[in-house]
Amino acid sequence: MLNRQGRPTIAAGDSPASAAEHYTFTGNRALQQIEPLLFEIGSTERCGVDLDEPAPFTARLGALEAAAPVDLPALSEPETMRHFVRLSQKNYGIDTGMFPLGSCTMKHNPRLNERMARLPGFADVHPLQPVATVQGALAVMDQLAHWLLTLTGMPAVALSPKAGAHGELLGLMAIKAAIAARGEGETRNVVLVPESAHGTNPATAALLGFRVKSVPARDDGAVHLDDVVSLLGPDVAAIMLTNPNTCGLFEPQIVEIAAALHAAGGYFYCDGANFNAIVGKVRPGDLGVDAMHINLHKTFSTPHGGGGPGAGPVVLSELLAPFAPVPFVRKGADGQLTLVEQAGEGEAARAFGRLTAFHGQMGMYVRALSFMLSHGGEGLRQASEDAVLSANYVRASLADLLTAPFGDRPCMHEALFDDAWLKDTGLTTLDIAKALIDEGFHPMTVYFPLVVHGAMLIEPTESESKVSLDLFIAAMRDLAMAAKRGDAGRFTGAPRHAPLRRLDETRAARQPVLRWTRPQPVA
Amino acid sequence: MRYLPLSGADREIMLARIGVSAVDALFADAPSECLRDQAPDLPRRKGEMAVERALGQLAARNVSAGSVPFFLGAGAYRHHVPATVDHLIQRSEFLTSYTPYQPEIAQGTLQYLFEFQTQVAALTGMEVANASMYDGSTACAEAVLMAQRITRRKRAVLSGGLHPHYAQVTRTVCGFAGDSISSLPPDVAASEDIISQIGPDTSCVVVQSPDVFGNLRDLAPIAEAARRAGALLVAVVTEAVSFGLLTSPGAQGADIVVAEGQSIGNALNFGGPYVGLFAARSKFVRQMPGRLCGETVDAEGRRGFVLTLSAREQHIRRDKATSNICTNSGLCCLAFTIHMTLLGGHGLRQLARINHANAVALADRLAALPGVTVLNHSFFNEFTVKLAGRDAADVVERLAARGVLGGVPVSRLLPGAGLDDLLLVASTEVNTDEDRAALADALAAVLGEIAAC
Amino acid sequence: MADTRYTKDHEYIQVTGDIGVVGITDYAQQQLGDIVFVELPEVGRSFGKGDEAAVVESVKAASEIYAPVGGEVIEVNAAIEGEPAVVNEDPTGRGWFLKLRVADAAELGDLMDEGAYRQYVATLG
Repeated sequence: MLNRQGRPTIAAGDSPASAAEHYTFTGNRALQQIEPLLFEIGSTERCGVDLDEPAPFTARLGALEAAAPVDLPALSEPETMRHFVRLSQKNYGIDTGMFPLGSCTMKHNPRLNERMARLPGFADVHPLQPVATVQGALAVMDQLAHWLLTLTGMPAVALSPKAGAHGELLGLMAIKAAIAARGEGETRNVVLVPESAHGTNPATAALLGFRVKSVPARDDGAVHLDDVVSLLGPDVAAIMLTNPNTCGLFEPQIVEIAAALHAAGGYFYCDGANFNAIVGKVRPGDLGVDAMHINLHKTFSTPHGGGGPGAGPVVLSELLAPFAPVPFVRKGADGQLTLVEQAGEGEAARAFGRLTAFHGQMGMYVRALSFMLSHGGEGLRQASEDAVLSANYVRASLADLLTAPFGDRPCMHEALFDDAWLKDTGLTTLDIAKALIDEGFHPMTVYFPLVVHGAMLIEPTESESKVSLDLFIAAMRDLAMAAKRGDAGRFTGAPRHAPLRRLDETRAARQPVLRWTRPQPVA
Repeated sequence: MRYLPLSGADREIMLARIGVSAVDALFADAPSECLRDQAPDLPRRKGEMAVERALGQLAARNVSAGSVPFFLGAGAYRHHVPATVDHLIQRSEFLTSYTPYQPEIAQGTLQYLFEFQTQVAALTGMEVANASMYDGSTACAEAVLMAQRITRRKRAVLSGGLHPHYAQVTRTVCGFAGDSISSLPPDVAASEDIISQIGPDTSCVVVQSPDVFGNLRDLAPIAEAARRAGALLVAVVTEAVSFGLLTSPGAQGADIVVAEGQSIGNALNFGGPYVGLFAARSKFVRQMPGRLCGETVDAEGRRGFVLTLSAREQHIRRDKATSNICTNSGLCCLAFTIHMTLLGGHGLRQLARINHANAVALADRLAALPGVTVLNHSFFNEFTVKLAGRDAADVVERLAARGVLGGVPVSRLLPGAGLDDLLLVASTEVNTDEDRAALADALAAVLGEIAAC
Repeated sequence: MADTRYTKDHEYIQVTGDIGVVGITDYAQQQLGDIVFVELPEVGRSFGKGDEAAVVESVKAASEIYAPVGGEVIEVNAAIEGEPAVVNEDPTGRGWFLKLRVADAAELGDLMDEGAYRQYVATLG
């Protein structure tokens, strides 16, 4: 299913008066500073790096030496610092306040992780150094693997994917390779995906040439065994399920679904984006999972960094492990750790290939391992319990004012509401989200999952104090009551206090301007 | 535990509000036989000091590049990253922010992405660039998939100078997607005839320059031949600093340019995280994978930036998306943008000149050693050395034993290709005369000791 | 005078003789929001009833447009490729997508007429 739920993307015009009352000469508003593009303030005469002239040399560039430098300006160091510091001040981060984005697990990013990742022995090491000179790095990968295998109850893990979606690619490729090895590559070409799934699931399946068949969403938010069984057949390669699912619920029939799928010759891919709900409580390996990606940038606290980098290692069952891509870490006969890097020979005889240059996201492995070592097994379990507890606390505290699509029932680590409670107010989920910005919060995930109208998916994580949760709840209650009262002014035109007001996304898409270009002189 | 703010008392109050007596009641949907009654069998928690000790011990078992004379390249390069870069990317509002889906409170991220896209377009000589891919190798695979969508043809031709990892990733991903990939054999001398491989069924040719052996390749004739056949030229660059001194792939006629951006702003990090650069002609923009940041205005008419053309992406098009990519390389892009801002085009050219000068000086020094030949006519900051009759991997091990990281043996990337006597040597601005002397002396000694055996 | 029929996916087809003008209804353009791009098929392509014929994108959504009946594309509305806003402004007039030479007029009988479509939309709430 496509996302067909459009919503307004032109900013509602506001009275010019509100702009006038904020008048300043510079356009700045105290600490909120307007910052031009670096191309508008930089020049080619400045440079923020001191570089010596090399000793005279004879170039060996053939005919390919560029005639002129690339036309990009520079800034001095102080200007660079100011430029990017001012930009940073326009951003909201986890360090700013609660970031209740459902399915994203915006938990605290410990700074110890950053310190550890920057140790020269980790940061200043080349991937192709002789393995004897990088035994510590390989040991990090080995230890991370051990933690992931123990937490998931699975026998094998492929560390190399650079993000969750990349991990999904690995998992489905392993499944496709396993099916081909059984001689069923031509016939098993269907992947079952719930309508509630994250978009990366069907995108990944389609990329690999599978036909995607939707498993319908039911009134209770769960995937039903009957619905799956009715779709099973010799053409089904796999099902992709998220557990807990995108509605924040543990799939009650997951074990039976896995069994039925296996009996029909299919494989179970689990999207591990919501693993934070069950770490130390439930092992995906015990549920019948064949492959599951883990988002280190969600569950294991590596920073989101404004959109990356992430890491998406994939745990694999015995059946799929032989097909894992290169490279992977092995212990040699001499006790030294080594890398298996060539597909098609030795231990990698059936590896389906390679998914990235070099070995994976070492910087994120160190950060994740630092987090795991800090918590210990007991701590990770406590973190998941707190995540589930906090989500239910928010749910229970808002249940009388908001509407839950699947009734008044406990959730896992995220609470899902729909927009039924906004009927007759003239307001939408988007309005609530934008007003929440003015209250000092990043909005929850909105309009996902697609199976719920006007979805609001709230995931507090275990990092929020009770004080913080109570403030969020109070703000949401106030907004909900204002909405029901018809206090539209609070909402339309929100946000008012953010660095910018609502943006015209329609214009951005109809007339794309994707780079700065030098203004042409007026003729 | 220092990362968990809830106290026992908090938990009691919260359970009461929810209406259950214990947190396990909230796990009721999990099959009871699967709900673990004990914590996992893993070490106990550690305070910061203990974690530092444990990880510090592992870090100490690695030879860091900065601690020895260092000459490795082959797709990842050691450059000096100014202190400003690492300081800025650790600002909370950059480090702990999310994908800018709520643009009103993410203008910091969105503006630097717009600046990044502009820089990448200018460096590659192309009209439009996206907000990054995971790395150069995955960007290369995505470029081939994009060429297939645009031309509706299924056969891609990969040059024998393409980094073997890039070729393997492309073959893996595109093979699963139903494309056929023709890989030319390893082309040490840059003498392959790739033009004759372009046919009416060809979606694209993929050519790297500087190639994995360090050779500089003239893309213009290949671009012309591709165009005549209705195919696209995908240009690949693994050393982003080379943009500072070489004619851009765009100026040579490339249709899509992919590159590894690690050299600018990002440390070696044992292979990741890196940052993939992706640029193309603007007429192909709707077929581009990855995020795009565009300019617009807000409700008060002020300029702002938003993610745009999202309907190409997975969260909207789902199984019809141009790619499945979601998270990309945000903070690595920022590091690239900051470093590139400090350098500017002139600074990058100067940096590139220093790189090339250092490589020329090193090549001359090594070529003077008996049994050592530099194979390249032209190169940027990396070249291929032939160690007559020697196993380059063995030489590298012996150099390491002498405290020199001397390069990457080609056999590490292409085992069994009959290229075991070849060594890839890179030299950037971080190398000094002392480093060059150390490598030359160590290499002479190692070759002497092998001869003596 | 064209006879207009409707599908459950909110496509319309205005039929005169054996030529049908296909587009999306006012309800559909409201649901999608501001339309930013339309992907039209090549002239000369033939579709079966229900085949995906075009795609319409708004900022946050995308919708496949299915051929209401089988036929050959004889003309597409290039104007909306450059100015997708027209589809919002005048979906049943200037915002048409494509013209089909209808292969089998009997397929039209399966579609809803004006009244039935209006009732159907009312149930969607």
